[in-house]
Amino acid sequence: MFNKFSLLLIGVILLLVAFPLNYVFAQDGIPSSFSFQSITGIMLIIITLLILILLAAFVLQFKVKEMNKEQLQSNQENIEHNISTYISRFTSEQIDQYFLWKQKRKRSNHQNGNSGVGTTRKTLLFFVFLFFAQQLLAQGPAQSVTGEAGIVITTILILTPILLGIIIMIVKVMNVLKQYRNNLKIKEAEKLAEYLQQNDDVNLDTALMQRKAALDFSLHNDELSGNAPPLDKRGLIQTDPDQTELPIAAAKKRALKRPNIDPALSKLVLWYIGCAAFWLIFGTTIGEYIGIKFVAPDADHISWLSFGRLRPVHTNSVFWGWASLGMLGLGYYIVPKVSNAPLASIKKGWYALYFINAAVILGSLCLMAGINNAGGEYREYIWPVMALFGIGLVLTLINFLQTIARRTTKEIYISNWYIVSAIMFGLVIALVAYLPFWQDALGETIIQGYYMHQGVGMWFMLFTLGIVYYFLPQQLNRPIYSYSLGILAFWTQILFYTLIGTHHFVFSAIPWWLQTVAIVGSAGMAIPVIAGTTNFLMTFKGAWYKVSDSYTLPFFLVGIIFYFSGSMQGTAEAFRSSNLIWHFTDFTVAHSHLTMYGIISFFLWAGIYAVVPRLTGKEAPQLTIGAHFWFALVGLLFYTIPLMIGATLKGNMWIEGKPFIDSVVMMAPYWLWRAIGGSLMWFSHLLFAYNLYKMFSGNVELNVPEAALEKLVVNNSSESGAQAII
Amino acid sequence: MELFDNHKKLFSAAALFFIGLTILVAILPAWRNQYNNAPLPNATPMSEDAIKGKEVFISNGCVACHTQQVRNIVMDKVWGERPSIAADYAGLHRQSIWINTATLMGTERTGPDLTNIGLRQPSKEWNLVHLYNPRIVVKESVMPAYSWLFEIKEQPAKNDVVVNVPDTYLYGRKGKVVATPKALQLVAYLESLKQTKLPDGSPSPDFLYKQQVAASEAKTETSTGATILNGEGLYTANCQSCHQANGEGLPGAFPALKGSKVVLDDNAALMVNIIMNGYTGREKEGFGPMPAVGTNNNLSANEIAAIMNHEKTSWGNNAKTVSADEVKKLMDLAKVSATENK
Repeated sequence: MFNKFSLLLIGVILLLVAFPLNYVFAQDGIPSSFSFQSITGIMLIIITLLILILLAAFVLQFKVKEMNKEQLQSNQENIEHNISTYISRFTSEQIDQYFLWKQKRKRSNHQNGNSGVGTTRKTLLFFVFLFFAQQLLAQGPAQSVTGEAGIVITTILILTPILLGIIIMIVKVMNVLKQYRNNLKIKEAEKLAEYLQQNDDVNLDTALMQRKAALDFSLHNDELSGNAPPLDKRGLIQTDPDQTELPIAAAKKRALKRPNIDPALSKLVLWYIGCAAFWLIFGTTIGEYIGIKFVAPDADHISWLSFGRLRPVHTNSVFWGWASLGMLGLGYYIVPKVSNAPLASIKKGWYALYFINAAVILGSLCLMAGINNAGGEYREYIWPVMALFGIGLVLTLINFLQTIARRTTKEIYISNWYIVSAIMFGLVIALVAYLPFWQDALGETIIQGYYMHQGVGMWFMLFTLGIVYYFLPQQLNRPIYSYSLGILAFWTQILFYTLIGTHHFVFSAIPWWLQTVAIVGSAGMAIPVIAGTTNFLMTFKGAWYKVSDSYTLPFFLVGIIFYFSGSMQGTAEAFRSSNLIWHFTDFTVAHSHLTMYGIISFFLWAGIYAVVPRLTGKEAPQLTIGAHFWFALVGLLFYTIPLMIGATLKGNMWIEGKPFIDSVVMMAPYWLWRAIGGSLMWFSHLLFAYNLYKMFSGNVELNVPEAALEKLVVNNSSESGAQAII
Repeated sequence: MELFDNHKKLFSAAALFFIGLTILVAILPAWRNQYNNAPLPNATPMSEDAIKGKEVFISNGCVACHTQQVRNIVMDKVWGERPSIAADYAGLHRQSIWINTATLMGTERTGPDLTNIGLRQPSKEWNLVHLYNPRIVVKESVMPAYSWLFEIKEQPAKNDVVVNVPDTYLYGRKGKVVATPKALQLVAYLESLKQTKLPDGSPSPDFLYKQQVAASEAKTETSTGATILNGEGLYTANCQSCHQANGEGLPGAFPALKGSKVVLDDNAALMVNIIMNGYTGREKEGFGPMPAVGTNNNLSANEIAAIMNHEKTSWGNNAKTVSADEVKKLMDLAKVSATENK
């Protein structure tokens, strides 16, 4: 009863604390109108304090009741019963002590005693009285408050020591109670000692002896195994018994050997992944360099390397080079696998790879030479370049559809829903963005908003979710938690995501209703995001222990966490009230890295580390995979958190009407942190490339037994060959 | 379910759903906007040079850091007199067969908005120096230096535009810095960026979220009895990019205010006149013309008084300060002289 009540009170307090937060996110446009000078502010403080005082009163009342109960319990009648319970609960050591004492007693006659109990009740009453007096005092000033700042401050100043006093008092009363209880127990202990002293019953002693033997019982640990060395019939022992060094990091499970994949498909997938890794290094090297340019703008004065030209080179090469090729590579593995049919055409797969690589190479060169498509974000490649990318997608789409048409399973596994739809939608998006019929005047901006967000949500996110729906259950060795949730997320993602593009142009000249639709759609995104996150996390249920001994699952886990937090952050950013502060600031940059890097890249790495060992039969050193993970994660946090803090300050400076250049000066340290975080991320990509090299063609250390066996086989065959000739 | 097990039906359904929504939220609104808006009647068409300058602007990716949109919220008031409206972008078409329409609205303000930069900073000299290396005039700037839009010549020809660059920014090279046509075109484009006035009688759309600012202004007024403006902040926003934070200007480009006769003069008439109407009186000494900052940036008498008093009492200057009322009178006089000169 009491616990429920206190929970309720705590709930009320939390609600009251959350109340001002409510103001921050309110849609009426005024961010955080909460003020300590307003009536609501004072009322909040007073109510919170009163509730705390009430809570304290209830706690004390409860304790007093409890104490009274204990007082009653310690009546004479109970004592005898208590003593027998105590004796039956003696531990082995206590029994030892008892016998030791008995032996000693035989030799000499000694007796001990203890002092009496203090009068704690009076003290307690005094404290309770004091408490109620203070409570009355506290109510005095609180109720006669007007809205003026001076009085508010005074009230807070008065209330603070009272509150502190209450806390100290509660602690003291608790101590008194504990002392009192201990005194009661000492009394009982005396009685018990007395009883043991006067009792010379032999039965008791034998009972205690038996009890000690029972308590001391233990196994030798080899009852079942015996003393012979282990005979490992199932090959369970993997570690080398001679290796006794302390490992730097805990060893993770090794990738399972799987039935062989068609070597031609294997080669294709590996090439996709290899090219993706190249564009990752290329794109982030450039990203790293332009990040440094915020700190050192005079690093170079070469037109091809100037900030405005390199920025799109960075974004486009990580988008169309790294993420897209990485996704497609994993897609070429997944689609035939879950269709249980061979890939329709390996050749088309290769052509798609050539076209997309050509697009990124040409596109990067064009951008550096100053040829771009008028600067809409991620639409900087001119149409002939983007057409190459489009051809690559068309080839892949045909290939995947034909593969699925030849499937030997009845159902279409959900991964294929996501992957094929992503490719179809990617093509639609590119067409809408590059066809010239609706691009004049503001039409360009409306399409731009649509394009840049659909590119992210319908191409990258949808495809990546398809990858997760395959690899996550595979790596956990459990079915996906709910197929229906996956379907719900699929359709709601299409419904809501398609609407949200124009939230990049809130308060601009595009129609107000269109901005509102985008904001509503952004809020609706909560449904697919929560459905997806729940689905993934519930798949982990009962298999969390696997995270610590797998080197792919941590990547998935981080991806899932950022999937939730990054996406929900996007929803929060879309509101008009948050747009006031964050739009046009570096917050957008932080958000896009949280999502494109935290979600997409982490999922891709997870998939790559899962699939490549299956294709090549080689694994990367676990140490460098771990280092890759941690550098990427810590780097991302160093990159995004300072940028978000700085951007919030910047937005507030703009609202306050400070000179623009002041906001640039203020950002300097945050930009430095961004460069530091970016360097860590970049370093992690070098480790990734090294790991990939190790998995592709790393020189495996010569295995002596294997080499010896090989030699035997060779000798054998040459002998038999020689015999055949003879 | 049949739909889910039949790949033709499933993927067609998904594609149609997506395409349908796309038409509703992207293609139709874009289409409507494209045909239902016309440029303002009094909009001035861009010059040949400005059009080429826009190409330079596009190809160097300036939109990565500079927006060209005044949002309809009060905090954007510093970037224009009114919020941008659809008509402002209505005249824009495809740049060329290779390049899409360029509204250049942008999504990030690492640098200032440029909607009205032609009014805020019309000085060609300043723009050229700033392009050569922004840190010559704005020490704290992180903008890239566009020095490849300039040449260094031993002996500039007669019609070469020479830019006054301090030696430290030449990194040891010798000669005069001459602007290439591309640099001049880019500056022409920047100078052409001005908000078109709405035709007489048409109401300007409101700046939203006013309450906040109104409340904070009201507070300073009640607590002190009169509005006290931050002269230093206004100076930073309106004057510092040329005259510099230390008031010493840039030798050969922008005159010093520290120890300036005009600033120290007890009669503030000339100073107000220069602020309101611009100044070309020291061009012979090699200084560029000063734009009519007060008029261009719509500064009030209060704000101008705050700026003037900051200039009159800073960097060792110690002149008599002026009141807002005096400035108001002198501003009216300056208006008269401006119309007379026309």
